[in-house]
Amino acid sequence: MTAPAAPVEPLVRIRGLTTVLNGKTIFDALDLDIPRGKVTAIMGPSGTGKTTLLKHITGQMRGDAGQVRVDGQNVPELSREKLFELREKIGYLFQNSALLTDYDVFENVAFPLRQHTKLPEVLIRNIVLTKLQAVGLRGAAALMPAELSGGMARRVALARAIVFDPMLILYDEPFVGLDPIALSQVLKLIRTLNETLGITSVLVAHELEAIKQVADQVYLIANGKVVAQGDPKTIANDGSPWTRQFFGGDIDGPVPFQYPAGDYAQALGLTGAKA
Amino acid sequence: MSAQPQRNVIANALAQIGEAGLFGLTLLAAVPRSMKHARETVRQLWFVGAMSLTIIMVCGLFVGMVLGLQLYYVLSIFGGTAASGTVVAIAIYRELGPVVTALLFAGRAGTSITAEIGLMRATDQLAAMEMMAVDPIAYVAVPRYLAGLIAMPLLCAVFCALGIFGGHLVGVTWLGIDNGTFWSNMTATVDVWKDVVNGIVIKSAVFGAVVSLIAVYQGYTTPPTSEGVAYATTRTVVASSIAILALDFVLTAFLM
Ligand SMILES: Nc1ncnc2c1ncn2[C@@H]1O[C@H](COP(=O)(O)OP(=O)(O)O)[C@@H](O)[C@H]1O
Ligand SMILES: [Mg+2]
Repeated sequence: MTAPAAPVEPLVRIRGLTTVLNGKTIFDALDLDIPRGKVTAIMGPSGTGKTTLLKHITGQMRGDAGQVRVDGQNVPELSREKLFELREKIGYLFQNSALLTDYDVFENVAFPLRQHTKLPEVLIRNIVLTKLQAVGLRGAAALMPAELSGGMARRVALARAIVFDPMLILYDEPFVGLDPIALSQVLKLIRTLNETLGITSVLVAHELEAIKQVADQVYLIANGKVVAQGDPKTIANDGSPWTRQFFGGDIDGPVPFQYPAGDYAQALGLTGAKA
Repeated sequence: MSAQPQRNVIANALAQIGEAGLFGLTLLAAVPRSMKHARETVRQLWFVGAMSLTIIMVCGLFVGMVLGLQLYYVLSIFGGTAASGTVVAIAIYRELGPVVTALLFAGRAGTSITAEIGLMRATDQLAAMEMMAVDPIAYVAVPRYLAGLIAMPLLCAVFCALGIFGGHLVGVTWLGIDNGTFWSNMTATVDVWKDVVNGIVIKSAVFGAVVSLIAVYQGYTTPPTSEGVAYATTRTVVASSIAILALDFVLTAFLM
């Protein structure tokens, strides 16, 4: 990390998070800080638990041990009411957009407003159209989710995620499947939201080039721990075997190519051992 | 489907019934919370109820017509075709109305409830609601459950009306049973409480509660894959059909 420890408490502070799912250790005493007002990228091999980490931050899942403090509150200990209060301040962009297929684009973005406020229709309309304008889709307000391309659906989901001007936005792989133009648009949106509204952002992604353009810092997670962290522009060259394999794209290294399995020769029946 | 095909089928079924029962309690507990989503309940009532109206009306008509035809044939052997109206009405109010309506409802509305909720689960829509601080039990599950519960007796009433109309059409209009006899025998014998209320109100309310619970439960607990949704939809029809016919026997035994 470049900056010295800031006096303000980070927005998200994870300490000793340990999670075991189906006998597989996903997090092993993980420590991680998300500073306020910054864009933090989280990288790591598929299946490391990046989505699971976001689910811990939002209380959709609980770990077996450790603390997940968001804005001073320990998420695993929150009651359902408190959790819902907290979630109203968090925007979450799902890996697959997760738009409500029953409603058109306008109603999807209006949904959180209608559920949590009694604003007059004129005001709802203004807020929704402003958010849609921000993602460039005001003209698509009347379309149904099935009529949208992947990139458009993601931008609608983003408009929905920011409709309450959250303090924190979590993006789960927002760049996957986007063409270069849509990618630039989403990148620009993330940066604009962060710069103009000061929204803290957490970005799970694999695209280092894209991350270099928006993120202030990067965490590389593997084997349930943070194995590298730092400035996105320099992290690839920090010389550790983890970063060398991950950013160099080597097939084998600290991250094994093989999912844990029994002895190969025996599985093929090549050894004398009788099963 | 499971890793242990040998596992006791009955134990499995009982476990499922237990889980569905607990889920039912969760739904009931969420009814007050879902009151603020009353609009959603009305919308579901439209999908579940109004959209099932055509199939219920057509089937009711044909069931009544077949009944009229069969009864005319049998009763004319004894020269008793005048009783035709009575028998049509009693058979429809007591058994065919509630049972056939419930079976049709499970196939028409139950499957769509299961598939819809299952797909919402598979596409993270339920998780998205959770993240927007909206309780999916109160917003998705309860409105569909209540809609099924309310729609069933109403659909059953429509089915019975069309059934009796069908019986009248065949017996009186086509086969020449006397119109006055048909109606007067029917109104003289059919009892509002024992026949109409027991059938349309009690039986169909119970069937509505059970079929809707099965449909919502299967959808809500679907594994989030297309295979999972397909299986769940099938299970809704199978479980509902068995539950309807078994409960029909139990209810009949108690209500007689
Ligand atoms: N609900 C769950 N139950 C059991 N295992 C899970 C669950 N969710 C995720 N996993 C497992 O946790 C691991 C991490 O998953 P995920 O967080 O989706 O990875 P990533 O987003 O980094 O690709 C995977 O091995 C996955 O199989
Ligand atoms: Mg993921």
